[in-house]
Amino acid sequence: MRVDRRTFLQSTAATAAAGMFSSSAWAEDPINVASIHDLSGGLDIYGKPMVDALTLAIEEANAAGGLLGRQIKLINYDTQSNMQLYTQFAQQAALKDKVAVVHGGITSASREVIRPVLGKFKTLYFYNTQYEGGVCDRNQFDTGVTPAQTVEKLVPHAMKKWGKKVYVIAADYNYGQITSQWVKKYVTENGGEVPSIDFFPLDVTNFGPTISKIQAAKPDFVWSALVGGAHISFYRQWAAAGMRKSIPMASTTFAVGNEHIVLSPDECNGMLVCYNYFQDLKNPVNEKFVASFHKRFGADYPNITELAMGTYQGFRLWAEAVKKAGSVDRIKVIDALETGISIDAPSGKVTIDPPTHHCVLDVHIAEVTDKKLKVLEDFAQQKPADTAAVCDLIKNPNDNQQYVIKI
Amino acid sequence: MNGRALNLLGLGLVAVIGIAFLVLIPRLFELDVVLELTVYMIMAILALSLALIWGYGGILCFGQSAFFGLGAYTYAIAVFNIGESTIPLLLAIVLPAAFAALLGYFMFYGRISDVYLGVITLTVTLILFNSVNSTAGPEFRIGSARLGGFNGIPGIPPLNFPGNKASPIDLEGMFYLATISLLATYFGLRLLLASRFGRIIVGIRENERRAELLGYDPRAYKLATFTIGGALAGFAGCLFANWGNFVSPTIFGLAQSAQIIIWVIVGGRGTLIGPIVGCIGIQWLTTALGANQPSGGPDWWAKIFANAPLILGIILIAFVLLVPKGLVPTLGDLGQWLLSSRGKRAKTRLEPKRAEEG
Amino acid sequence: MDLVALLAIQVLYAIASLALISVGLAIIFGMMRVINLAHGEFLMLGGYAAIVATNNGVNIWLSMLVVAPIVVGLIGVVVERTIIRFLYGRMIDTMLATWGLSLFLVGLTTAIFGNTTVGISAPLGSFQIGAYRTSAYTLFVIAVAAVVLAAIFAVMRWTRLGLIARGTMQNANMAAALGVNPPRVYAITFGVGAALSGLAGAVLAPVSGVFPTIGVAYVAKSFITVIGGGAAILTGTVSASALFGTINQIATFVTTPVFGEVALLGAAIVLIRLLPQGITGRFFRRGL
Repeated sequence: MRVDRRTFLQSTAATAAAGMFSSSAWAEDPINVASIHDLSGGLDIYGKPMVDALTLAIEEANAAGGLLGRQIKLINYDTQSNMQLYTQFAQQAALKDKVAVVHGGITSASREVIRPVLGKFKTLYFYNTQYEGGVCDRNQFDTGVTPAQTVEKLVPHAMKKWGKKVYVIAADYNYGQITSQWVKKYVTENGGEVPSIDFFPLDVTNFGPTISKIQAAKPDFVWSALVGGAHISFYRQWAAAGMRKSIPMASTTFAVGNEHIVLSPDECNGMLVCYNYFQDLKNPVNEKFVASFHKRFGADYPNITELAMGTYQGFRLWAEAVKKAGSVDRIKVIDALETGISIDAPSGKVTIDPPTHHCVLDVHIAEVTDKKLKVLEDFAQQKPADTAAVCDLIKNPNDNQQYVIKI
Repeated sequence: MNGRALNLLGLGLVAVIGIAFLVLIPRLFELDVVLELTVYMIMAILALSLALIWGYGGILCFGQSAFFGLGAYTYAIAVFNIGESTIPLLLAIVLPAAFAALLGYFMFYGRISDVYLGVITLTVTLILFNSVNSTAGPEFRIGSARLGGFNGIPGIPPLNFPGNKASPIDLEGMFYLATISLLATYFGLRLLLASRFGRIIVGIRENERRAELLGYDPRAYKLATFTIGGALAGFAGCLFANWGNFVSPTIFGLAQSAQIIIWVIVGGRGTLIGPIVGCIGIQWLTTALGANQPSGGPDWWAKIFANAPLILGIILIAFVLLVPKGLVPTLGDLGQWLLSSRGKRAKTRLEPKRAEEG
Repeated sequence: MDLVALLAIQVLYAIASLALISVGLAIIFGMMRVINLAHGEFLMLGGYAAIVATNNGVNIWLSMLVVAPIVVGLIGVVVERTIIRFLYGRMIDTMLATWGLSLFLVGLTTAIFGNTTVGISAPLGSFQIGAYRTSAYTLFVIAVAAVVLAAIFAVMRWTRLGLIARGTMQNANMAAALGVNPPRVYAITFGVGAALSGLAGAVLAPVSGVFPTIGVAYVAKSFITVIGGGAAILTGTVSASALFGTINQIATFVTTPVFGEVALLGAAIVLIRLLPQGITGRFFRRGL
């Protein structure tokens, strides 16, 4: 029992101290913000741009005078694509660094490792990756897109262009499984059919037999929800078999790991993707952002990814809420975020949706064209309809789980 | 001071340090340090399980993670279905042990030895990895536990005091449990190795043919050793699932299996304290390399010094070249060299027993 | 009928790629008893060597077939001279050292190339078998594997180098007594093994892509193939690749890639249980 009391005292002391620090007497103490991402190992291709974007966001905020008159200090953890380190670093961030907020987690698995730890130790958590949807937790905010926001738009667009028979291939984990069900739902609703959904573990590199199976099924186009470095070999083998020109492809995972740069134009031109952010979006906020990003990290930076923008926007939303709350106290910041905080981000207007803690944001369909993503169509202010169907944190603030959304 | 007294002195020292550690750490350090040390203690039990079967039993096992992962998954699945944690804990020991016994029977009674043992055990853990990794679909569930594939099983309920579901063991309680378990494992193994059984398995490691001609059945002894190792690894897995409330298929992966072997080599094979030290050292180093990264920037400094695999790789290579026997045996040699140069004690008199102590 | 032809090509391809990724390891392990856990990274480096050379204007065939093996072979010799040679006869320590080397190479490659490297796409285009299209490059990989294996056979069987290598492999002390210089043989062997791995990594780069951590995908599979094959380097690799490749590809085609992988691993276990010294411990014992 002694321990419970002590952990309780510690966490309340931390929040009380955080509240105290925000008064001007403690103006010299920086606000700690933790980043917990994979910067080495197999997932670093996703983690590196996210941390770079967070670094830039914090440097910009500090250059503008910090938050509440205090500087912001980034505490940067590299989880080395190792789940055990996610637990350890979340514990350290909450207990040792006593951070005001944690930005981190890439895969859903890593999020589900961090989330309970930060819940237990009362530390605010932002998860900035596009994911399968359904997380309902008052302590967590999700700035990435979910399937209802992108798949819903891309399916009819692609079907209008190419036809009604869609072959789905997906990574064999939570995200791939759920996303492919959404694809099937929207294809059927639009009067099409899905002859087959094939799943591939994340380390599969041999797609020869699959490519033959797809040819035998003769679909109008292929939907890819493949993820990660190993799966890039699918696109290579697909193109090498001469299939790219006869059967086109659409995806809501392609290009998140810069696949369109790693592959040659011959291997992926013409593919359709749908995201919240593209580096080539034409608006003044984005042009300014891209310029400062390139100034900071070099003009040869491969591509500012969807996940990087999610992280940048996540930090900006949090900072906006801190300003509004006048404090970094967790509950006060959550209350401020739940007023529906909104920012003018490089991707357009981004607003927190209070009942789900997800974001209302713009999405765009783009075509892969010679290592660039050419934006074709815009859809303003998409709501996280999937999560909204199961989650209302205003009504049930104590809800704390990831729902499996009935499709 | 003769070898036996030195041996007892060593045991006493470990006991004193262990108890001091157990009592002082939670009083001197913040909770974050306690939590981090908890996982080190758990992994040290895992290291001891391989120290027994490889260091003493001479069984080259590349797949110790199979039993570790089975323990973790067994606990997770059982506790979701049963609720009260006593039976899941026992299952998490019994099931991996039974699996080890089965696999051991398959291997030892098939007269498989040497590097071939390594390949079979590695293959077994990779099969487990591949199988569990492909259970992402909602149709894969055992009772009320969904296996979850790549994503694993989150939110595993913690252990409770036996028989009382309403009183779970808290975070500091986990530290005590893990540390006491580690100490119990260490002294238990010392006892085991000092027994007739222990002497026979070391004898078999040294010369299997000779042991067989003396009337011992090496297959049975290896099987018993392997089963005990599997049980210990399963127990460690159960504690690990408790510590993070989480388990995922990477627990069966190549990186995890290799890591256990690395701990034992770094600490020193043929000792028990060595693998504990090696495990804690490597874990600490990995964590330290990941914490407090310099953030972003295209400059070469960050590229080298914020590069955990690069630095860890250099350290391991340097280690194997500079400390070829492993940490603890080398320190032991150093200590003996100091003793013998001062106390005129012949170095050779202690040398042959070295491998069986520590 | 066209499906059968297609399947036959894919099975041959699976065998060829398995043999290619394993043969370098087989030479290093078979001759020197070094368990090279950095084997996957040698393959990865071969891929990078080919990509960098191609992207800098070297002809793609030249980069894959000449530049990559030379670069990785040289790296292999450097590794042997600086690390491995201190560890002969200490099989377990080579595991630790090469595991460290593997981490080091992954870290170094990430530091130099970052994690977004422009790849090379498979040349040669595609061809039609009945209703199916497939990559012509597949046939090229099969051809390369056949040539490499034939070349190893020729060298081992008919040259003085091969004789020395076989002698050293069978009895290093006796070879030394007869005037052979084992350190030099070991350095050359390690270099050749690395070069073959580099070649394999380069040839497979257009198919599976290259990134710093790709080695993990190769190392366990090639290790299992080599041990499953047993003591004779060439016959062992070929027979184990044939067995595992066929099982893997057919199981994948009939069911899923996961089951294909599990079938391969299961076959390895059964194989070693039945033939505790690998295939060539029992059959083809006079093979090379």
